[in-house]
Amino acid sequence: MLTFLVRRLLLAVPVLLGVVFVVMLTIDLLPGDAVTLMLGEHATKDAVAALREHLGLDKPFAVRYLDYVSRVARGDLGRSIQQNRPVADELADAWPATLELTMAALVIATLLGIGAGVASAVWPNSLFDAGARLGSLFGLSMPIFWTGLVLIVIFSLWLNWLPVGGAGSLGHLVLPAITLALPSVAMVARMTRSAVLEVLREDYVRTARAKGLAERWVLGRHALRNAFIPILTLLGLQSGQLMGGAVLTETVFAWPGLGRMMVKAIFARDYILLQGAVLVFALAFVVINLLVDLSYGALDPRIGRQG
Amino acid sequence: MNAWARFRRNRLALIGLALVLVLALSAALAPWIAPYDPARQSLFEKRAKPGAKYLLGADEFGRDILSRVIYGSRIALLVGLLSAIIAVGGGLVLGTLAGFIGGWLDSVMMRAIEILLAFPYLLLALAIVAALGNGAINTTIAVGVWGVPGVTRIVRGSVLVLRETEYVGAARALGAPVAALLRRHILPNVLPGLIVYATLFMANAILLEAALSFLGLGVQPPTASWGLMVSTGRDVLLIAPHVATVPGLAIMLAVLAFNLVGDGLRDALDPRLRGST
Repeated sequence: MLTFLVRRLLLAVPVLLGVVFVVMLTIDLLPGDAVTLMLGEHATKDAVAALREHLGLDKPFAVRYLDYVSRVARGDLGRSIQQNRPVADELADAWPATLELTMAALVIATLLGIGAGVASAVWPNSLFDAGARLGSLFGLSMPIFWTGLVLIVIFSLWLNWLPVGGAGSLGHLVLPAITLALPSVAMVARMTRSAVLEVLREDYVRTARAKGLAERWVLGRHALRNAFIPILTLLGLQSGQLMGGAVLTETVFAWPGLGRMMVKAIFARDYILLQGAVLVFALAFVVINLLVDLSYGALDPRIGRQG
Repeated sequence: MNAWARFRRNRLALIGLALVLVLALSAALAPWIAPYDPARQSLFEKRAKPGAKYLLGADEFGRDILSRVIYGSRIALLVGLLSAIIAVGGGLVLGTLAGFIGGWLDSVMMRAIEILLAFPYLLLALAIVAALGNGAINTTIAVGVWGVPGVTRIVRGSVLVLRETEYVGAARALGAPVAALLRRHILPNVLPGLIVYATLFMANAILLEAALSFLGLGVQPPTASWGLMVSTGRDVLLIAPHVATVPGLAIMLAVLAFNLVGDGLRDALDPRLRGST
């Protein structure tokens, strides 16, 4: 178990190095120059050159990459160009809001998605199943930023139940979390339905039924437990979707998280802040999927022993 | 039963196909079916409610929303189609290389793809758009490049399986040149899965274009793009909700259409997968 954990953590290092490389390379190709943006159109050549040197932008790409990586390894993420604050502080301010939002969405996606998927599989081709499948199709097709606006119109404008945007109370969390969760609810419901249907066709389920086991035990002990492995994999991958969706949801609801900060950083050409934000997202994705891999062992003892 | 006969029996897939045809027609015939010039402003009729004159209302500049939605289908379909071509073309070449040649090339490429897929979706496209700058063409490139890793992995997977089949082995033993091998034995077998993937990719490409344009990083005003229309309507959401919500409906229908057709194609081309996600 420990060797598995260590090996997986070591495997994450090249992935993160690669992520930083890709981000820095794309930012390096930026047509808009951060320095001119900071100093304005009329800055003197000397001032621009001085600031470029100060930011290290005069050095070749490879040098800057190694420099950045070695500083990150020592915990220094640099200073935000726009705010002139340490990037680490900016990120520390923003990530709890994003974590709160994505976790709330993940909980909704898990409960609603698995619930609807299991019900669909247990009563296939029923009215509920048809409704859930149609709902999933719509859930996958709705642009997340639009869902958010529609929910605002219904629940804030017409019903006046919930705030339009911002953060601070549980009421502020409801609409963004539902908005962010909906596509994942649809994905999880579809996946759960097919996974449970698949398992219900297995011989051991027939055996369990044949020996007279109550249906809820057949489901709980045999079917769901085995269907959970593909569902769990999907939930891990969905966390990536949620982080991408968080960029849009936070923008729609003025939610003070990493996603909104990233969009602002792109517009301000604040590439140091952008790099830091992307790194946090990538790290979170790697850690979540590591946790998913670890939990396989808890669900299926065979996997743990091989690892 | 052939694939078309199976597709035809799928009612949802047919609805999807009909929607795709409506979209294609509205894109092709936009100048003739749009009631107004999509750029025509009428400042007296700012944010007009849906009614007899403007069926879907007018936006914050008094432009006819219906006409802009019709013209917007051009951007959505064009960006979707071209980016799908970029994704499939790039993925086909890279995936075939990785799967057919194998060895260290395969290992390096697969690690690189894992890194790209480790990016939360949207963030990669955001990074590319940030690097290229905004506008319709750059958005298309960003969406297309975003799709390349996924296609590459699928193509590589099938090529790896096909490479080991007996008929490919036999063709090789008979001295078939690599080009013929790829064209006659590998490509035809990769294609059905790829068509399904490309159709479903179109749905995601339309969503991504809309998302990028919504954030202000995609198609730029005054071009009529659905995502951009939602974005500008957002400023008047609380006084004129129809300005933002109506174009979003168009996005949803277009995405739904391609999802339905993609699901239908998958069931028709590979009946074993029927009903799976």
